[in-house]
Amino acid sequence: MAAFIIKRLIQSIFVMLAVSLLAFALFRFVGDPVAVMVGQETSVEDQERLREQLGLNDPVVVQYTRFVGSLVRGDFGFSYRTRQPIGEMILERMPATLELGIVSLLISLSVGIPAGIYTALRNDGVLANAILVVTLVGVSIPTFVIGIFLIYLFGVQLGWLPTFGRGDVVEIGWWKTNFLSLGGLRALILPAITLGVYQLTLTMRMVRSEMQDVMNTDFIKFAIARGIDYRTVHYRHALRNSMVPVITIIGLQFGGIIAFSIVTESVFQWPGMGLLFLDSIRYVDIPVMSVYLVIIALIFVIINLTVDILYFIIDPRVRLKAEGS
Amino acid sequence: MGSLLNVTGLTVRYPTRFGTFTAIEGLDLSLEPGEIHGLVGESGAGKSTIGAAIIGLIQSPGYIAAGDVKLHGESLRSLSDAAYHKLRGAKISMIFQDPQTSLNPLLTIEDQLVETIRQHSDASYGDARERAIELLKETGLQDAEARLGEYPHQFSGGMRQRVVIALALCTNPDLIIADEPTTALDVAIQKQILALIRQLAQDRGVGFILITHDIGVIAEITDSVSVLRNGKLVEEGKTAQVLGEPRHDYTKALMAAVPRLDEKLDRFVNILADEPALATPELQWNVVGASEQFASDWLLKGERPTLADGPVLSVRDLDVTFYADRPFAWGKKQGTRALRDISLDVLPGQVLGVIGESGSGKSTLAKAVVGLVRPTAGSIDFNGAPLPLGRDRPRNHAARRKIQMVFQDPYSSLNNRRTIEEIISEPIRFFKLAKSRAEQRRIVASVLSLVEMPQRAMLKYPHQFSGGQRQRIAVARALVARPEFLICDEPTSALDVSIQAQILNLLKELQARFGLSILFISHDLAVVRQMSDQVAVLKNGQLIETGSAEDFFASPKADYSRQLLQETPSLALIARH
Repeated sequence: MAAFIIKRLIQSIFVMLAVSLLAFALFRFVGDPVAVMVGQETSVEDQERLREQLGLNDPVVVQYTRFVGSLVRGDFGFSYRTRQPIGEMILERMPATLELGIVSLLISLSVGIPAGIYTALRNDGVLANAILVVTLVGVSIPTFVIGIFLIYLFGVQLGWLPTFGRGDVVEIGWWKTNFLSLGGLRALILPAITLGVYQLTLTMRMVRSEMQDVMNTDFIKFAIARGIDYRTVHYRHALRNSMVPVITIIGLQFGGIIAFSIVTESVFQWPGMGLLFLDSIRYVDIPVMSVYLVIIALIFVIINLTVDILYFIIDPRVRLKAEGS
Repeated sequence: MGSLLNVTGLTVRYPTRFGTFTAIEGLDLSLEPGEIHGLVGESGAGKSTIGAAIIGLIQSPGYIAAGDVKLHGESLRSLSDAAYHKLRGAKISMIFQDPQTSLNPLLTIEDQLVETIRQHSDASYGDARERAIELLKETGLQDAEARLGEYPHQFSGGMRQRVVIALALCTNPDLIIADEPTTALDVAIQKQILALIRQLAQDRGVGFILITHDIGVIAEITDSVSVLRNGKLVEEGKTAQVLGEPRHDYTKALMAAVPRLDEKLDRFVNILADEPALATPELQWNVVGASEQFASDWLLKGERPTLADGPVLSVRDLDVTFYADRPFAWGKKQGTRALRDISLDVLPGQVLGVIGESGSGKSTLAKAVVGLVRPTAGSIDFNGAPLPLGRDRPRNHAARRKIQMVFQDPYSSLNNRRTIEEIISEPIRFFKLAKSRAEQRRIVASVLSLVEMPQRAMLKYPHQFSGGQRQRIAVARALVARPEFLICDEPTSALDVSIQAQILNLLKELQARFGLSILFISHDLAVVRQMSDQVAVLKNGQLIETGSAEDFFASPKADYSRQLLQETPSLALIARH
């Protein structure tokens, strides 16, 4: 197991280096940082001095090494727009995005997996078909339309739930959480559903098709022929085998939820990283954009590693093969 | 009337879009405790459906339309779903064909055995575990106690099938339906598993219904047998009597199609004339000028090998090692030696039969000759000149045309998205063997005639054909390259015996006509006997024995060969019953 994880970690380092190279390339090739930083009346000499101070005249390799070095030390530099340290800006925003992502993942799993099992086992049922049709509609409508529709229905017409912002948050150290106050939880509902609908459908359809495949395998037929009761066949034998491929998809989805919560955050004015990224694009705030890129890549890498380890726990074939080598 | 099981007038139907399909019609069957009853027939005969009907697991939308199944005199048809399910395992159990897929890969065998035992009794976990160990010992699993915690993939095929049998037995059922229980196994293991089934029937009085397409297996262990065809019972009775003195023409034809291990026949006396009246528009559609004669002339017109004295193919000290991925970028590569120091010759116009069990390296040998696998050492000479190995062999190397291959599985060796014409004409286009499109078309149609297919087949797609027809198409594709040397890798192992007989006859015919040299690979000794002039026996990548086929089958030199010959189920066994 240790060798397996070390191997994965080494691979991850290479992935991160590649991404940081991309992020670095953003600096070099999207606009001139000095031109963005200075005002119109700054003299050419001043600009040149600034360029020298910032090390922009050094060879590319030196600059890249410096860039990676400061990233590793946690020094992310300053935003062009707000002049704040980027590390602080991201830390301030990250809890909002993570909480939104986790809640929508939980919604998609807690509804998607049971619905997938149900529709797999009751293939011809009226309810199963109804679920399939409804979720097909759900996946066909773009996220922002669903968001706007939910705002219109529950926020404007019924007035039950808040339609923007995080509501009341409780501070635990630097982490501001929505989970500990009623207002915070209420504010979380609509954006989490909006973000989760697509993932929910995907999870459900994956679980359904995997489960149907597994139900047709010999070992399930054999289990039924041995008279094992159907509950055990479905949940102990079939579900576990179906989950092996589903976990990969769920892992990738969670990365996607965090990285691409931009649309939802913008519809609900959710003060998370997505909204920060959107503002940065608007003001060509290149340092923030490149750090965002690196952080999202890091999140993906961590999730992939987790998925690999989960595989390891679930599937004895992977586990024993790795131990054997 | 059997005191264990009585099936009367069983009819199973499947509604389809094109009307109702009757899978089983009016079948009667009876079984005594301790009796082994064989169900034999070719694919589509409905053997597995009978098994499913008895255990009450017919795939939806199929249903039992008429008849009754009685166990110990009690009708099962009137049972509710829940009551029937209680019966499964407790009274009736099942063994499936492929031990690779019939165990849950995520649970240990302890989990699976204990779960099944406790499902049907109030045994405590400890008692159930004890019983599981006993059963595994009884089914011949060494150090059962130590291996209980292992997962299915840690067992070999034969051991897994023993675990499967232990699982079927652990609830003390009265009846076990074994659906092709040894088809996926090598002969040596097949022999052990069959002996185990025999012994369980004797010692425990369990009744077995043994479903198989292999008449050798039927001859070896069954007491009585039912011969089925298209869902109907053809003939039924004591095994020795049915196989020894078959009354029905179908049984006779089936027996004649089984390759014999004890003597080599010139051709199989076949053929089950069941092809529904072929004098249809199918046969009247012809390409102008295309005929079997044209194909024959065209194939002979190509440069034929002048039957030289020396071997066509000469393999010397061939070594193939496969490397697994390294655990780390700096780790040492772990290799498996698939072939070691193999030297053999194929003489011009002769057939070399390569015999071996799974994992013996016979397919690797074929791949090395055609250049799909790169040998780690050794040389391959073709017509006296060394062949470049692996990828070093250029695409336009003469041997790429002269050596052609027919693969085992006709379902995956033809591209389903292309018409038969496109498939067969590919070698013609690639090797530029035709001057015009019209000529190309005529060749394709003619070669189809040569392999006894209607010419119209060229307009269709592979999925419209049966396994046997597809294999004919695969042979046609190999032939149009005008090869001198044919490699057949288990060309009939996916086919029914009657179809196998047809394909083997076809290969013999073509070989005689065009003076082809053939490397014929098979695990089936009887098939090899019918096809080969020379044989080579492989085991774990090593050459055990090589020599003239007749001498080999009369008196094999190596112990391993003798053992193989002895373990192969043979029709000669009927005499012993």
